[in-house]
Amino acid sequence: MSEKALSNNHGEIVRLENAQKIYQMGTEQVRALAGVNVSFNKGSFWAIMGPSGSGKSTMMNILGCLDRLTSGSYFLDGQDVSQLDDDSLSDFRLRYLGFIFQSFNLIPQLTVQRNIELPLYYLGWDASQSAAHAKELAGQVGLGDRVGHRPTELSGGQMQRVAIARALANDPHVIFADEPTGNLDSTTGEQILELLINLNKLGKTIIIVTHEPAIAERAQNRLYMIDGKIDRIEGVRDETN
Amino acid sequence: MRQTRITRNIWLGIENLLLHKLRSFLTMLGVVFGVGSVVAMLSVGEGASKEALEQIRKLGSNNIIISSVKSAEEEQTSTQHSHMSIYGLTYEDHHRITESFHDIQQTAPVKLMRKDSRLHERAMELRVVGTTPEWFKLVPREVIAGRVLLPSDEVKQAPVALLTEFGARKILATEHTIGQTISIGGDQFEIVGIVKSESGQAGNIQIPDQQVDVYIPIEVARLYFGDIFTKRTSGGDEREMVELHQVIVQVDDPKKVESVAAGIDRMLEQFHKKKDYVVSVPLALLKQAEATKRTFNIVLGSIAGISLLVGGIGIMNIMLASVTERTREIGIRRAIGAKRKQIIYQFLIETVVLSTMGGIIGLGIGVLIPLLITYFSGMITVITLQGILLPLLISMTIGILFGLYPAVRAANVDPIVALRHE
Repeated sequence: MSEKALSNNHGEIVRLENAQKIYQMGTEQVRALAGVNVSFNKGSFWAIMGPSGSGKSTMMNILGCLDRLTSGSYFLDGQDVSQLDDDSLSDFRLRYLGFIFQSFNLIPQLTVQRNIELPLYYLGWDASQSAAHAKELAGQVGLGDRVGHRPTELSGGQMQRVAIARALANDPHVIFADEPTGNLDSTTGEQILELLINLNKLGKTIIIVTHEPAIAERAQNRLYMIDGKIDRIEGVRDETN
Repeated sequence: MRQTRITRNIWLGIENLLLHKLRSFLTMLGVVFGVGSVVAMLSVGEGASKEALEQIRKLGSNNIIISSVKSAEEEQTSTQHSHMSIYGLTYEDHHRITESFHDIQQTAPVKLMRKDSRLHERAMELRVVGTTPEWFKLVPREVIAGRVLLPSDEVKQAPVALLTEFGARKILATEHTIGQTISIGGDQFEIVGIVKSESGQAGNIQIPDQQVDVYIPIEVARLYFGDIFTKRTSGGDEREMVELHQVIVQVDDPKKVESVAAGIDRMLEQFHKKKDYVVSVPLALLKQAEATKRTFNIVLGSIAGISLLVGGIGIMNIMLASVTERTREIGIRRAIGAKRKQIIYQFLIETVVLSTMGGIIGLGIGVLIPLLITYFSGMITVITLQGILLPLLISMTIGILFGLYPAVRAANVDPIVALRHE
């Protein structure tokens, strides 16, 4: 499926067409996304910025296949996913996407290795293969000697590294990072950012949500949102758009 | 592959439960006691009814037992001094019963009396059963030594006696005693055999056996001891005239037992002015006992059902709490790509593992209790395969049933909300 999709598109991995997301809050309707048109290229590094309530989290949830549009279309790797059911969206997340969160979101009862193995478990890998792969990924993020530890025994930076290793386990096309350095001191935050930049250099598409301009500056592209709309886009624009 | 995946999922479930050992254990307790009490109650109940059914079965399912009883008015007048009660079955009754019904295979008349007896130096009162050789066909007994009564004994009016194992032990007779002479009521009898004794008492039917100590030919009993018996009571001597104490009838087909019994009852009614006999059908008692057993099982089943229900609710309660507690975990798993059904599966496996483990522990307790009861009280308990498999099956079902709702709740958690859950 991914082979076919790759050959069919023109370097585009994500495209929103007239994307609207409307929440019903009591009697009031909130337009979290008010007709967004945007596309991101494969292998690009985007920062989505904006004040709280601007719709950047909604944007992230939609792009991450965690939520569905009220209207409009979302193409992920050339496929329209806006009408898919819950199971199919889960499958898309499992095969194409990786997530990194501000609060790490590791499962505290599981060891580092088990946390990294999680996507592989749902992909149906067998135990020994996924254990080997998880150890390899832990090594890549510099935690090769911590695989038997539980998240609570790790520092914030280490936890985020585990989360990155987990996000990489399914070899995703796009990695979403929601304020990945928000809970870290600046030095550790910088290290995490370096890790993400390196992943981008290796060809992963990275979409990061942040409100720190210093972080956003490091991305190739910046998308500013206000009131559910794109305010402006900065950085290297792709010529196909 | 499929198999290993299931075992892996079960292991993951067990691992998760082991993270909260105390809580998992307490959650299991409801099922442990539920299953434990079911297994224990079933085996005690099964034991009790087996004992009853066994005793009735010993009386013979093809048999009808007609016993003489003192009628109510006779009971009153007999307290008067020097009165002689005349009641019960007669030789004529026995003859008529034998002749009148086609479906009767054989019959055995029984005369019961107590006589002072002596074997060598050992003297004691024995219960004497005067009967015919047919008796041993109707109520088969294992011959330990010697032989049973023979038709030739009857014809010759031979003074021969047959001891039961129980009676033999009491009067200190062994197999070497065979051929020796025993004095019964002052008359000399030759001991010809010893038969195994078996207890047999069910409801109001009593079969001469356990307490019966010696069998002699009925003709001899009649000839030597007559039909009049004297009972010593506190109010003076009580005299009774009873020809036959029992008639045992064997019918060739169990289906006809009840109709023949009714026929005998009707026939006897015509010849007896007072109701001084009782017709009992072990088969009917057997059916009644089985019906009682069914009722008993239903009652036990209901109690078991309730206790397992309580156990199940306990599991559901904890699992719901666990779902809330693990909302974030569910959100993480969903974000990574777990489908709803996989979340349901995960939680369901945990509840089924919990309830099944509870069931197994409960089974252990439930098996141990009847063993202890048997050990300490001597009561018979029976553990059937059904009594083991059923509670196990039910406990697994409870796991699925009561685990389903929490699992569905877990699966319906919105991953976006769950990820923000603290």
